[in-house]
Amino acid sequence: MCGAKKGGLDLKGVDIDKEAVIQGQVLRGDEPVGGAYVRLLDSSGEFTAEVPTSATGHFRFFAAPGSWTLRTLAPKADPVDHQVVAQYGEVAEVSVAV
Amino acid sequence: MSRESALVSADWVEEHKTDENVVLIEVDEDVSAYDAGHIAGAIKLDWRADLQDQVRRDFVNQEQFSALLSGRGVKNDDTVVLYGGNNNWFAAYAYWYFKLYGHGDVRLLDGGRKRWELDSRELTDDAVKRDATAYSAKEPDLNIRAFRDEVKDAIGVKNLVDVRSPDEYAGRLLAPAHLPQEQAQRAGHIPTAASIPWSKAANDDGTFRADDELKTLYADAGVDFGKDTIAYCRIGERSAHTWFVLHEILGQANVKNYDGSWTEWGSLVGVPVALGDEPGEA
Repeated sequence: MCGAKKGGLDLKGVDIDKEAVIQGQVLRGDEPVGGAYVRLLDSSGEFTAEVPTSATGHFRFFAAPGSWTLRTLAPKADPVDHQVVAQYGEVAEVSVAV
Repeated sequence: MSRESALVSADWVEEHKTDENVVLIEVDEDVSAYDAGHIAGAIKLDWRADLQDQVRRDFVNQEQFSALLSGRGVKNDDTVVLYGGNNNWFAAYAYWYFKLYGHGDVRLLDGGRKRWELDSRELTDDAVKRDATAYSAKEPDLNIRAFRDEVKDAIGVKNLVDVRSPDEYAGRLLAPAHLPQEQAQRAGHIPTAASIPWSKAANDDGTFRADDELKTLYADAGVDFGKDTIAYCRIGERSAHTWFVLHEILGQANVKNYDGSWTEWGSLVGVPVALGDEPGEA
């Protein structure tokens, strides 16, 4: 229940009982997309944070518990939105296809 | 100042890539981003190692800034074009810094690194070396920098603009959501400050919104363009972005960036703090 699923980012050093972690990977087909941009929007649609994906397509946010939208921008692709719920004690893992 | 004098497009950068008097400088929050790939010819400034005093919480001083730019090969009469990740937060911070030390011609690349990458424009990891110069920074221009006592006196008098996210403003978060929670002792905002997140001034791709949209944004949120304005965030980089919008794009006079920002205010003894989504009373 508490760990990232297989293939997710290493959670070493992250106290998931105190951080509502949202993380995941951006993929085009089976290929990870590095250098995509993932935006975290709050329940009103307001921008809260944004990170570029790593070379392996991974991203992570330390959010507050609640409902969020992930908006992913990648080269040669339309923006993609995902709804996600963050909470303490459990990592929200999201796989984004572009 | 105006959009035309303060911003350049990616096409403009491509057209000027062999111009010796144009110096591209990348400034990122993630200081390793440049090494993985940068626009051809661009040099790097590290906002923490290069632009901050390493002992006190303050800027490098006039002499240090002169030495820094001399060593990096920047001349006083060069056109400096700044860009970076995070929607140009730290590039805008560096822009404000160049203005503070009186550099004549500074521009920001509209959309920064993100728009460049989303357009699949070229990045390189080639090493860039510029010959040393004799750069001379001017006295810091404190007309664009606010300190805490001035901010305290501005409560209920000047426009205070809090550009952090709504959750940081309300006190539900202490820092941007992609960073571990840390920093100030208390959460909340400076009483009477309007909540106008920096992100409202930018499109999804990091470019700035049109002038009329920007004017409407600030006016609708309660900014009185007839008054002086102080913008703040957590450590002064996002508010440099908003300072850029108000002072450089819209040409507003008397706009200051409070770079002490919430990490200072939220740890001060003897100052008022407001919680929740409303500005609060003076």
